[in-house]
Amino acid sequence: MLSLSGAEPEVRDDAAIGLHDQPLLVADGVAKSFNGVPALRDGRLVLKRGTVHALCGGNGAGKSTFLNIVMGLLHRDEGSIRIDGVAVDFRSAADALRHGVTIITQELSPVPEMTVAENIYLGREPKIGGLVVDFPKMRRAAKRLLDDLEFDVPVGARMRDLSLAQIQLVEIAKALSHRADIVIMDEPTSAIGEHEVHILFNALKRIKARGSAIIYVSHKLTEIFEIADEYTVFRDGRFIESGAISSIDRNHLVTQIVGHEIKTVEKGRPNEGAPILLEVRSLSRGSHFKNISVTVAAGEVLGIYGLLGSGRTEFLETIFGIHAPTAGDVFLDGKRVDPGNPKKCIRQGMAMVSEDRKDTGLVLCASIAHNIALSSLTLRAVSGFVRRKAEAAATDRMMKLHRIKAASPNVAVETLSGGNQQKVVFARCLLTNPRLLICDEPTRGIDEGSKQEIYAFLREFAAKGNGVLVVSSEAPEILQISDRIAVFRQGRLDHVVDGHETTQQMLTDLAS
Amino acid sequence: MVANVISNVATGARSKSIAAIGPYLKSFSIVIVFVVISAFFAVANEYFMTWLNWVNLLRQSSINGVLAIGVTFVILTRGIDLSVGSVMALAGMIAASLVTSTNQHFVLWAVLAGLGTGALLGLLNGVIVTTFNVPPFVATLGMLSMARGLTLIFSDGRPVPNLSESFRWIGGGSVAGVPVPVLILFLVFATGWVVLSYTTFGRYVYAVGGNDKAAKTSGISTRTVIASTYVISGLLAGLAGLVLTSRTTAALPQAGIGYELDAIAAVVIGGTSLAGGRGSLVGTLFGALIIGTINNGMDLMGVSSYYQQLLKGAIIVVAVMLDQFRK
Ligand SMILES: Nc1ncnc2c1ncn2[C@@H]1O[C@H](COP(=O)(O)OP(=O)(O)OP(=O)(O)O)[C@@H](O)[C@H]1O
Ligand SMILES: [Mg+2]
Repeated sequence: MLSLSGAEPEVRDDAAIGLHDQPLLVADGVAKSFNGVPALRDGRLVLKRGTVHALCGGNGAGKSTFLNIVMGLLHRDEGSIRIDGVAVDFRSAADALRHGVTIITQELSPVPEMTVAENIYLGREPKIGGLVVDFPKMRRAAKRLLDDLEFDVPVGARMRDLSLAQIQLVEIAKALSHRADIVIMDEPTSAIGEHEVHILFNALKRIKARGSAIIYVSHKLTEIFEIADEYTVFRDGRFIESGAISSIDRNHLVTQIVGHEIKTVEKGRPNEGAPILLEVRSLSRGSHFKNISVTVAAGEVLGIYGLLGSGRTEFLETIFGIHAPTAGDVFLDGKRVDPGNPKKCIRQGMAMVSEDRKDTGLVLCASIAHNIALSSLTLRAVSGFVRRKAEAAATDRMMKLHRIKAASPNVAVETLSGGNQQKVVFARCLLTNPRLLICDEPTRGIDEGSKQEIYAFLREFAAKGNGVLVVSSEAPEILQISDRIAVFRQGRLDHVVDGHETTQQMLTDLAS
Repeated sequence: MVANVISNVATGARSKSIAAIGPYLKSFSIVIVFVVISAFFAVANEYFMTWLNWVNLLRQSSINGVLAIGVTFVILTRGIDLSVGSVMALAGMIAASLVTSTNQHFVLWAVLAGLGTGALLGLLNGVIVTTFNVPPFVATLGMLSMARGLTLIFSDGRPVPNLSESFRWIGGGSVAGVPVPVLILFLVFATGWVVLSYTTFGRYVYAVGGNDKAAKTSGISTRTVIASTYVISGLLAGLAGLVLTSRTTAALPQAGIGYELDAIAAVVIGGTSLAGGRGSLVGTLFGALIIGTINNGMDLMGVSSYYQQLLKGAIIVVAVMLDQFRK
């Protein structure tokens, strides 16, 4: 039952504890600094066999840093990690894999030009005579793996043709294909829909039954209460508490994560008879969505709910001019919006928080300041020159307003924690003073405290007479912020329901 | 509590200073490489450190420097421009044809024709890359051959000699003891540096190279930005062509062969990433100076040109290796 391949125990605790009671992994006092700034001060975790252990904490709490250390992707400054009582210090991911530890990292890293099967078996391709890759065998193995997991992804497809959710599923399958003892999942569900989450959880239950253990990170607390057995909370790089999930409630967990109690946002109703801000008239785009007409009034938040692949993202991107529609028109404040031109859309008063911050939201290698200023440069520049003072002031204001946690506005965005990166995207969009804010999954990867801040912000933004168009796969989120909810199904707008009276059950029924 | 606050303040201050020094440190390391190489040649040859030699060295580096500055813009957007050597030959040839003894036009027309040729070919590169989605490597490789072909057709494979006195001033003249090509280099550098650091266009160049999709979502016309960098590169190749032609006092159809490689080498030694989005003109300038110093120093030491090739290649690779190592 112990599948630690190749690891001879060197230091073993002599205590007479049975193998079953001994924790699989014990980490203590793990610390790590970047350029003298501590990211993790005291990381602790005790992982038992056959459990799902939720690692909770706000953005920048040090979860990813801790997990990357366990996996050997980063090297710790201090602390100890023991697996099955044996002190370990992995130098690389390959090292960790040999010892039965595998990870699905927060930032995905597919090879876009390779097929699904090639990605899954990258670096350990089955070979004929040790030389030639045995493609049929590889494809069969990949197919069996995906079928076992009930993941609906074609094994022969190239990664670049897959949706973000499918890429995420492939990465999950890849990690699970190692049949490791310890599976680390750093926000595996941030990009996938409720349906896929359900499938994933079934797979996790089977892994658990096998005696393996899972470290699970997610900002979606509903998921944690559904799948986790135990939990550990980090805050500001420190261990705060741990215990059995059955012994606490949601409020307690949120308070531990955030460090203080948070209020959920109350939403008021927008004024009756407010003028129409955005009007979409029978908009279509090829096979993605057809004949969609919808309006957003000044002061209103319109939520768009639907399953993955129901055309929601395409719809938003078409309104914002990233794609040109095949038919139909968009009007903002009564004026027709030029199709297929994001620049003009921004000038007319739109802004968009896009779905995948790494792909379309941020220039990762550029600084926070440069990213925040990017959209508004033209608006603020005089005769082509950047107004540096104004820019610095605006960046500073935005970083404070959105509580972006970073050493300085000059550090590269890629060094920020996922949630802080998302806040930078928000800051960039708001700096252009938009009247209509288009958000595609605006709280992806954002912690509970910041989520409520964003909800409050969106409501407040609308209350000032602006409009918000928001897509989310999370029903509770849509219900919490929307005045009206448009339900998409297979590229069509089926229903528009009142956001103040609908329940979660009604919503999911309408969408499926 | 108090201790906590103090430690926060301390780490905050330290990280701020680190973040502030970071970029300078980066351009500083290339300066160190430059100083080390210069010191080596200074010890090896007493003539190296003379004023006269430095003026000479700067003049020798000026053409490559101007080319490299243009190529930096392109590389920052994750592109490449292989055509600069041929473009400079064509620009020089067309300009020269207007200022021969049998065809005495204004020098101004010749200069404008040379620059215009460069900009036009650059624009063509830019349009082919952005509108027709041809990879930059292929598009500019094609231009490398086409521009050379045009130069040979235009000149019928013969040099154009006997250029007018005033035209020869561009490459051979000097102002207050400083050679005109060196002045041109510093003028181009200063302008380029201001454009990259202080204008919105400069910011867009970095953004497009860092992530073109995000730049587009942010409302930037990525095509215009990318095409503009090729125009800049072509324009500066035209300028370099004028300087070269003027200095050799004749337009040669085979001028500038292989110059694109030295230009790209200068950019890369200067720390600009071929993956786009990172780099600076300060680095490029020193990159060009390092290459110039190596050439000049080895000439002085009487190293055969065969060995020069070998050593130069090795130094380029080692310089970039050190840069990677530091990261
Ligand atoms: N490579 C790096 N260089 C500098 N700072 C870093 C680096 N990686 C992480 N940090 C910093 O360390 C802190 C912890 O980051 P980490 O990614 O571990 O947070 P997290 O808990 O995973 O947050 P999230 O939920 O947002 O993903 C953050 O403040 C982050 O800015
Ligand atoms: Mg993280």
